[in-house]
Amino acid sequence: MRLAFGLAIGLVSLQLPAGARSALAETLVQVKITDLAFSPPEITVHAGDKVEWVNDDFLDHTATATGQDWDVDIAANKSASLQMTKTGTFEYFCRVHPNMTGKIIVVPK
Amino acid sequence: MKIFKQAPALIAALLLVTTAGTGYAADKPTDPQIAHIAYTAGDLDIKAAKLALEKSKNKSVRAFADDMVRDHQSVNDKALALVKKLGVTPEDNDTSKGLVKQAEGKRAELEKLSGDAFDKAYAQNEVAYHKTVNGALETTLIPSSSNGELKSLLQTGLKVFQGHEKHAEGMVKELK
Repeated sequence: MRLAFGLAIGLVSLQLPAGARSALAETLVQVKITDLAFSPPEITVHAGDKVEWVNDDFLDHTATATGQDWDVDIAANKSASLQMTKTGTFEYFCRVHPNMTGKIIVVPK
Repeated sequence: MKIFKQAPALIAALLLVTTAGTGYAADKPTDPQIAHIAYTAGDLDIKAAKLALEKSKNKSVRAFADDMVRDHQSVNDKALALVKKLGVTPEDNDTSKGLVKQAEGKRAELEKLSGDAFDKAYAQNEVAYHKTVNGALETTLIPSSSNGELKSLLQTGLKVFQGHEKHAEGMVKELK
């Protein structure tokens, strides 16, 4: 029953005109951190959307924009999120383990 | 290159187990020895970081040292939990002893330094140390480990320490 209801909402959302999107609640886009990697490594979101990093590792990480636009601490086995307000392409890395890298493309609403 | 001054001694220490005796297959380290070597390598870097926290006033160096204490402690806690679960008793060996001896020598050098000289020497040693430990993990410790869970933890450890190596390289550049 719950599944059918969820599916119905999904279909309604798909039928909304593009302009109506802003009227909906902000979208939450998740990036998983597993075994010292951001997954997916690249995402595209709309300005105003929230990105949530879910850290499944037993180590603390950060999501730090190379251009220093933002810097998010993500504790071990916790989540942290950030609302993307500025459009553009943001490369980011983990300050503690700079071999972990990712990219977020923020497009206008 | 000052940065690599300590590397030969460290490499020699890490390769002791595999080079002693007549052949690689017969001399590869056992899981209890590997666990001891990996734990010791992490513990020594924690001690070096604690020295940096005592001596350095540089913000980047202190942040790096904080990261080293926290990360290596987390990995070593995992390692201890794993050996307990597996019923393995880490076994001291010539490689671990060589690592400790080399680290003591480096510590004596670092203790004599202060200010920028200390910061630079610590940063350079962190690059060399992680580079060598990572090499040993890749070529000897991971391939030699028999237990799947130990191998997996060592593989995670390698990724963690490769991150530290890159972080240390950034710190060296910043301190130039």
